Amino acid sequence: MAEEQAQVKQRTKRILGRFGRKRGNLIPILQKVQGELGYLPREAMLEVAQSLNMPEIDVYSVVTFYNQFRLNPPGKHSIRVCLGTACHMKGGYITLDAWKRRLGIDRGQATPDREFDLDTVACVGCCVMAPVTVVDAQPQGKVEPTKVDGILLSFKLEKERQGEERR
Amino acid sequence: MKVARRQSVVSTFQEIKSRAQSQWREFSDGGKPVIMVGAATCGRAAGALEVLRAIKGELKKHRLDCPVVEVGCMGHCYAEPIVTISKPGYPPICYRQINPVIAQRLIREFILGDDPCLEFVLGAVEENDLVPSFSVFPRARFEKKVILKNCGHIDPKQIEHYIANGGYSAMVKALQLTPEEIIDEVKRSGLRGRGGAGFSTGDKWEICRNAPDKPKYVVCNGDEGDPGAFMDRAILESDPHSLLEGMLIAGYAISARYGYIYVRAEYPLAVRRARLALRQARKLNLLGRNILGSDFSFDIKLFQGSGAFVCGEETALIASLEGKPGTPYYRPPYPATSGLYGKPTLINNVKTLAAIPRVIQSGAEWFASVGTEGSKGTAVFALAGKVVNTGLAEVPMGTTLRQVIFDVGSGIPGGKRFKAVQIGGPSGGCLPESALDLPIDFNSLTQAGAMMGSGGMIVLDEDDCMVEIARYFLEFTQRESCGKCTFCRLGTKQMLEVLDEITKGRGKIEDLDMLSQLAEDIRAGSLCGLGKTAPNPILTTLRFFRDEYEAHIKEGRCPALMCRDLIAYYIIPERCERSCDACVGTCTVEAISTTKKRIKVIDQEKCVKCGTCLKACPPQYNAVVKLSPPSLVPASKSFKVRR
Repeated sequence: MAEEQAQVKQRTKRILGRFGRKRGNLIPILQKVQGELGYLPREAMLEVAQSLNMPEIDVYSVVTFYNQFRLNPPGKHSIRVCLGTACHMKGGYITLDAWKRRLGIDRGQATPDREFDLDTVACVGCCVMAPVTVVDAQPQGKVEPTKVDGILLSFKLEKERQGEERR
Repeated sequence: MKVARRQSVVSTFQEIKSRAQSQWREFSDGGKPVIMVGAATCGRAAGALEVLRAIKGELKKHRLDCPVVEVGCMGHCYAEPIVTISKPGYPPICYRQINPVIAQRLIREFILGDDPCLEFVLGAVEENDLVPSFSVFPRARFEKKVILKNCGHIDPKQIEHYIANGGYSAMVKALQLTPEEIIDEVKRSGLRGRGGAGFSTGDKWEICRNAPDKPKYVVCNGDEGDPGAFMDRAILESDPHSLLEGMLIAGYAISARYGYIYVRAEYPLAVRRARLALRQARKLNLLGRNILGSDFSFDIKLFQGSGAFVCGEETALIASLEGKPGTPYYRPPYPATSGLYGKPTLINNVKTLAAIPRVIQSGAEWFASVGTEGSKGTAVFALAGKVVNTGLAEVPMGTTLRQVIFDVGSGIPGGKRFKAVQIGGPSGGCLPESALDLPIDFNSLTQAGAMMGSGGMIVLDEDDCMVEIARYFLEFTQRESCGKCTFCRLGTKQMLEVLDEITKGRGKIEDLDMLSQLAEDIRAGSLCGLGKTAPNPILTTLRFFRDEYEAHIKEGRCPALMCRDLIAYYIIPERCERSCDACVGTCTVEAISTTKKRIKVIDQEKCVKCGTCLKACPPQYNAVVKLSPPSLVPASKSFKVRR
């Protein structure tokens, strides 16, 4: 555990080295750290606060204000259900329900095996393909409950194939 | 001295331009077929990258050497993925809904052979005798591309394409003028901010120029948070240089040294394209120190938002740029006099800035000749929802809603009836059929209770519940409220709870008056646009569709059959076909079973009302229906299920 913390510190420091020490860089720094670590662990936030010479609570308030930042590690695959107007009217909320049901988690959570994490996104601007789900950063159009099952099946098959190859 | 410098700017640019033109000629006129794949985010969601791979693979297989480029979005999003092929001897032809297999066929039959595969054609870019061109489409009568002129026709990853098509000439022209002359030109053009409020752009520039403090900043507001609007994304992905050029001209006009582009984190491709555009412009000295040898220096940084809708509000955006939570502050002072780090800051929307090069290049009179008395130029709308031709539409101000929805958008699909159009996202409102002949401009929409907003236009048909859409927007604004103003933070929460109850059939008729009252209070008690406009969706739906609210409250019925607590799915036994079990297989929760008589029955307890069975039921049987209120479902006498 201590080793892991030290590593987080180390990596955060390396990122901080690339930025000037002014408050205007706080959000870009946090984005970079999350980009590398997948989330913002406590140690990373403490390190950033120290480096920018600002109260820790201010870093925490920025992190919790913006939807993009997360405080816990993500799953291997990210599922983002678009809830823009067009997606909503074409049944995005039904798609979200389907993901919740199949993964057994609520939005903002990850599955216990950390394979998937589920969240919503305000709008990815692909309103034409509504309802949209962004699967591993790739927007997929017309994702209805049956397609949810299809996507999950393809992940399952992929995993089985990889397992076989390893053997 | 100054004259000599000005001349050197022109001659330096001329060199760059002629190089770009020869590159463009080689690309577009090099005697080889040119293939362009529309690969903006919307195209990618439809599978454009697979198509691109298939095309490249097929070309390699046949040892063909012709240029393949990714272009942006032409606005015909309904036809994505779009592939455009310009083969010598043929007009440039756009093909619609291409998949990898069709793409391979196009290469074999059109590039290798001489069959232009007319069955997949969307339209031709130019008029010709072979294929109908876009100019004969019914929508062409109403469309006028000013801001979206280049989108989908040039490679956004090559600055040379932009320059060869007239790009950066407006900036060079601007550098020959004094800042005052530019501001005067922008003022005379009548250009108003495309971000929603419609403030005069020239006036804003003048205020910012006259502000005594230094340094000054130019900020491009690309935080297109309005769910249902995607034109800023399309511009950033398809024609990023037009935005840079607009920012450069703005920077010169107000004597700024630095600019920021604030882009949503949800638009990763737009971020990549804009970053690349910045690098390319810097390399050619169109950005940076002493641009093209002049004494004007300007540089632009890209800043990624972090997913907060309120940051589209200018003062919240500034807070965000400063590394703080995006909460708005009281105006005045307006950012034009005291903005980023307390310095004068010019904040303009992506579309406003992208329109600037056109204003400077073609002149204020030309721009002012388009549009209406009070609103000049064009309006860009993102058409989505229940409309045939979803996508982007750019029309002169003053075009009616009916023309946009029924002529440009080709009306409602599936023979359904038009019910309402939602304009301006969470800040806008829903307008009914009676408002369809309203000419669109800033003033008319505000009068009707909606607003231009960012230009998202969601068409709703008879299957869409107006209470539900009001509830949806309120849920959105409630979640995105930054929490600074009590009325916005708590008022929206209260309204949402009331609306939630109504959509569940537990509302009271007094609630409607309370909603109107709360709406007024929130409007009066909020600092920024988010709170001030949050009640709009409710006020407009209450005004135009009060009967739907009443049906929910008095009868527990959702007239549009949408609110899930007020409907039930039911299979009409007389229509159900014994030999078919399409619904049984697709039901995601195994709620459908087969009776002894081989009729299918839905277990209402298990049903999650996802509607998959209704879609699965073959149209010739049409046995699955939605009923509201759910009590209409006949109690099944014998639930004998065959094991």
